[in-house]
Amino acid sequence: MIETQDLSKQFHDFMAVDGVNLSVQSGQILALLGQNGAGKTTTVRMLTALLQPSRGWARVAGYDVSKNGHDVRASVGVLTEQHGLYMRMTAIEYLDYFGQVYSLSPSARKARSDNLLEYFGLAEAARRRIGEYSKGMRQKLALARAMMHDPGVLLLDEPTSAMDPESARLVRDEISRLKSASRTIIICSHNLTEVEALADKIAIIYRGRVLLQGTLDELKSQVLGAPEYEVKFTEAWNSTGLELPKDVEMLSQTPTSLKVRVKRPEEMNPQILNALSSKSAPVMAFQEEARTLEQVYLKVMADAKGREHVQ
Amino acid sequence: MFSKLKLVWLVAGRELRDQFRDWRVIAPMLILTLCFPFLMNEFAKQTVDFLNQYNADLILERLVPFSIMIIGFFPITVSLIVALESFVGEKERGTIEPMLSAPLDDWQLYFGKLLVGVATPLLASYVSIGLYLILASRQNLNMPPVPVMVQLFLLTTAHAFLMVSAAIVISVQSTSVKAANLLASFIVIPVAILMQGEAVMLFWGNEQVLWLAVAGVMIIALLLIRVGLAHFQREYLLGREIDVINLRWLWHTFWSNFRGGAGSVGFWYRNVLSAAFRRILPAVFFTVLIAGVSLWMGYDWIMVNTAETIALASPEDLQKMEEQVRELPDLEAIRNSISAPFLFLNNTRAVAVIFLAGLVSFSVLGILLYMVNISLIGGIFALLQLLGVQPWPIFLAGIVPHGIFEIPALMIGSAVALYFGAALVTPQTGKSMGEIIIELLADWAKIFIGVVVPLMAIAALIEAYITPGLLFNVLGS
Repeated sequence: MIETQDLSKQFHDFMAVDGVNLSVQSGQILALLGQNGAGKTTTVRMLTALLQPSRGWARVAGYDVSKNGHDVRASVGVLTEQHGLYMRMTAIEYLDYFGQVYSLSPSARKARSDNLLEYFGLAEAARRRIGEYSKGMRQKLALARAMMHDPGVLLLDEPTSAMDPESARLVRDEISRLKSASRTIIICSHNLTEVEALADKIAIIYRGRVLLQGTLDELKSQVLGAPEYEVKFTEAWNSTGLELPKDVEMLSQTPTSLKVRVKRPEEMNPQILNALSSKSAPVMAFQEEARTLEQVYLKVMADAKGREHVQ
Repeated sequence: MFSKLKLVWLVAGRELRDQFRDWRVIAPMLILTLCFPFLMNEFAKQTVDFLNQYNADLILERLVPFSIMIIGFFPITVSLIVALESFVGEKERGTIEPMLSAPLDDWQLYFGKLLVGVATPLLASYVSIGLYLILASRQNLNMPPVPVMVQLFLLTTAHAFLMVSAAIVISVQSTSVKAANLLASFIVIPVAILMQGEAVMLFWGNEQVLWLAVAGVMIIALLLIRVGLAHFQREYLLGREIDVINLRWLWHTFWSNFRGGAGSVGFWYRNVLSAAFRRILPAVFFTVLIAGVSLWMGYDWIMVNTAETIALASPEDLQKMEEQVRELPDLEAIRNSISAPFLFLNNTRAVAVIFLAGLVSFSVLGILLYMVNISLIGGIFALLQLLGVQPWPIFLAGIVPHGIFEIPALMIGSAVALYFGAALVTPQTGKSMGEIIIELLADWAKIFIGVVVPLMAIAALIEAYITPGLLFNVLGS
């Protein structure tokens, strides 16, 4: 579990992270979104007890990052922005080395590294020098390193950055497999599709501040408003006389379709369908308009920049 | 504790394996370790042949120890590269963050790197020396006695620790490998000068002084390790600063610390300077203690060493010496040659030199200079006593009037040097080493300008215009 309160970091006169409040429960994946330099990596580094907060506090796996740095580091698995592998080592040597750093017994190290190499599909290349690995293999090995001591908290900084789509997909699948009831995961990413697929909660950071956080649905409704639905007809249909429920707003209409905004879809949608049916509308399809995280993100960013411009 | 030390060895072991897999590190080290003894042996052979023509036995006798010292030194210089890039190299390659994120304490990381930095060059040095000794023994050259051999091995070890510990301090504080390599000249040049001094001692044959050199080098190496640990900051190693000399920042930091927000000289004296003075108070206390010890040492040294000379002197010689002491100095000549500005510049320069010497040696050399200055007073006191002259009147007339100002100024000036070294080896979080040094320099400037300079000015005026008159009266009586 990760919890932060007013977490802030100042470098000289630059406020890299400013009053971040986060709460991620066990079994959840939180994604930190933001531009380059928004403060995502600095936040992760504070959560790893690599940087001391200038203000506020953070508890990771039950330990205070300012007071119990050693315990925090022992409980956390980190995938850093740069994979940080030693190129002259083999994968077996590398995992064994980090197993020793995390004080695992020789038998545990052997079992764990064999298991992870198998899990990440690296068993066949285990005795090759890491320098000979492809980018995707390196990233998977770095992820295996982060998992070596089976940590309760995983902090993954740009896990698929600069990877080809195939490798990125592999790593993404691994992360989703790593999700379990007892593990808390934070991902920093620019890849919004990836975040949409993986994250239970999302926090958007801009200039060190969390502008918005919540589930994807919460963010969509908060930023883009109530969901929109499109009704398509099999043939041209005159909607004159159609009475829609109160909380449904008509956005646009053509002879073969109409678009509405629905505040409480679970309650209103059956009523809309009833209204259409009562007027014998030739409904072919009734579907929600696709709204992506990208739309949410871009709108939040545009609003933030707009506010800044006004100020 | 054993499990904690095991992690130190783990860090060192990985690095060591990595090194031995890199031919760029191994090849030059092997060439130097194995080829240099042969070259040195050939050089020794030629030198012996040449010197035998002139019966220069003394030089021949010292040739092997000197060669051993040089042979031991060369592998260390080459292997310095390993230590220099220990931290900054990992930072550049991006491998530092997983290590820093692991449950390793700062000292475990630091000593792991130090161990591997020292072990490789020392191994190369010992192998090289061993090889040379085998070659030299086959040449029928005079082998150095066991104590000298022990000294040479210790000296080589001390050099390795000194250079590697300095290199690691540089590596932790540098922003790039390039910067670290450039800064390496700050290690190689002073150590090369030190080696020249040690070579002189070796040819001079003063073993006792060489022991002091071993101790001195080891102390500085230990202080460097302490500095490295004190200023080891994970945060700094993760920074993305680039190598740009920011003169504006340097000056701004210095000036804001020096001025301390004071709007007037009075405020500055009352608040800013007094705060700086409070910081150095423990160091002032120590310089007073050191002064007591130095006075006694100067007094004792003269009493022990000169007493014998005086005891052996003839009554005529003694009479002559006493007359010379009692002889009234030409006060007019003194007045003409030693003016107040001259005295002022001379004394303030002495305090500045103590500080500068302390700056490059974590106070050690500065405090040694201070001790020499103070011990002179004890020495003169003892000398006068041995000559049968009452020292107190001369002291009261010739030293006390200006000494009341000059000696405290010297003590305070030296205390800042001591404080500087102590502060440098003390951990201070949240600040880079550069910031700490600038703040310390600002503290020194405050004390120097606000206290030392005024006291020295008053002392110079008294010494130039009042002391000669008083001394004249005392000596005349």
